[in-house]
Amino acid sequence: MHNKTIAELIQGLRNKEFTSRELTQHYLDRIERLDSNYNSFITVTKDSALAQADAADQRLAAGEAPDLCGIPIAHKDIFCTDGVRTSCGSKMLENFVPPYNATVVENYLAQGAVMLGKTNMDEFAMGSSNETSYFGAVKNPWNTDCVPGGSSGGSAACVAAQLAPAATATDTGGSIRQPAALCGLTGLKPTYGRVSRWGMIAFASSLDQAGPMTRTAEDAAIMLNAMASFDSKDSTCIEHDVPDYTAELNNSLDGLTIGVPAEYFGEGLNPAIATAVNAAIETYKKLGATIKEITLPHTDLSVPAYYVIAPAECSANLSRFDGVRYGHRCEDPKDLNDLYCRSRAEGFGDEVKRRILVGAYALSSGYYDAYYSKAQKVRRLIKQDFVDAFDPAKAGVDIILGPTTPDPAFAFGAKSADPVAMYLEDIYTIATNLAGLPAMSLPCGLIESENGELPVGLQLIGNYFDEARLLNVAHQFQQVTDFHQHTPPGIA
Amino acid sequence: MAVDRSEIEKLAVLARIEMTDEAAEQVASSISDVLKLVDQLQAADTDGVAPMAHPMDAVQRLRLDEVSESDQREKFQAIAPATENGLYLVPKVID
Repeated sequence: MHNKTIAELIQGLRNKEFTSRELTQHYLDRIERLDSNYNSFITVTKDSALAQADAADQRLAAGEAPDLCGIPIAHKDIFCTDGVRTSCGSKMLENFVPPYNATVVENYLAQGAVMLGKTNMDEFAMGSSNETSYFGAVKNPWNTDCVPGGSSGGSAACVAAQLAPAATATDTGGSIRQPAALCGLTGLKPTYGRVSRWGMIAFASSLDQAGPMTRTAEDAAIMLNAMASFDSKDSTCIEHDVPDYTAELNNSLDGLTIGVPAEYFGEGLNPAIATAVNAAIETYKKLGATIKEITLPHTDLSVPAYYVIAPAECSANLSRFDGVRYGHRCEDPKDLNDLYCRSRAEGFGDEVKRRILVGAYALSSGYYDAYYSKAQKVRRLIKQDFVDAFDPAKAGVDIILGPTTPDPAFAFGAKSADPVAMYLEDIYTIATNLAGLPAMSLPCGLIESENGELPVGLQLIGNYFDEARLLNVAHQFQQVTDFHQHTPPGIA
Repeated sequence: MAVDRSEIEKLAVLARIEMTDEAAEQVASSISDVLKLVDQLQAADTDGVAPMAHPMDAVQRLRLDEVSESDQREKFQAIAPATENGLYLVPKVID
């Protein structure tokens, strides 16, 4: 059962090939048997999963159940779950049991989806390798000596190892797409404001966006149908109709124009990844697309702008962890200031502290204009590059294509001592977060590397709220290629 | 721009994070590397460009000033480190 896609599982439930309880038990058994190899879950919710499965089976028997009714999924441990510990990968929230559900969690519950558990992640979603988790690093199912990517590394590893058919994830600078690329999955970061951030523990509020991690574009469309909603409880959610994202999957790509930015193929790109992405371009030509070279001239500035804006927002957001209302509190504080300072020193890991301090620096008196205000201006220039690319009066492309990452999965410790090297891992993904555009990663090859055979991610970037087309373009690729069907060694 | 240990100590006070001298020294070095990266921004020509805070330049939605939440104090305080009579407890602030 575990090698089926969500689309197949939905049919299987309706054809009574298996019940949701059998399906859920099957995944729970796999998690219990195999997850010690990957460390992809922080919490497994066995009892509530089986209860939800039984309720789903009743709903299915009564007919008229929503698509995801009875389908087991995993949630990144950044989404608040009522009565279930939500750690965000941090000691600060090691014992935090939220009294409410995130809107994303609520949306899946309403469909009758079954929650298998909560997935491991970089602490407060700050990292590109999952090595910053307080609960230990997640291992890449393709090679357990390698990182799965981050921050949604647990969501990626559990889907790649077929411990769950899909998982929710979040993407602030590439945290869905980069782990999807490194684990051979399909990951979608929707338009900023498409999915509610309510109950999703905030890192950088003007960049954070939730999305699905799946094995196919079709599954991503099914998952997004349930996930996307307008939510008045998220002040930056955009009021925009939610279409049926599966409706356009089978559209022909005849007449589609794909832009290929020169800046995404420069120095620093692993040649084997360039070869795989170029082969994907040839596939798209055969599918009827026109390829157009474009330029996104401010690409180089995206990582520097991000590492001002994201830490600045993080330093403000994480000020709420003060040891007073919830979360870690130090022993025997001698006064209020000691309570704050020691609770935060003990509760946060090194990378989180580093980003809080960088943010505090960028926002401090005398540096605000040089750093924060400057970065926000550069952010507009980066956005304008994309606006020009999609503008019919200028480059006029429908989709932008390039690699998701400069390198395949790397070994543990390879970049963890050098924060800047780790930050540059997200060089191709960050600009779309700054611009707020939807983007996805899908597998486009397997390459030989010093760490064995590893998957390569193809990145597709769409115009605002053009997720349906993005999914269509990805789905058509998956109709004529089988990269998304490759599984890690030992997983079948 | 590079930052030294004393600047890191000042920031740590502002951010309410206790830090040993040794840690501050290490953090100063890694943060200097990060600042070197972000200093690339200074070369960008941003004359006449407005700062961008929201990707779609959306503004805050307003709502009627009506009660929309019910009292959930007990539920929220059940997860607090220390409470008494509906209040959050912290070390004494005023003698």
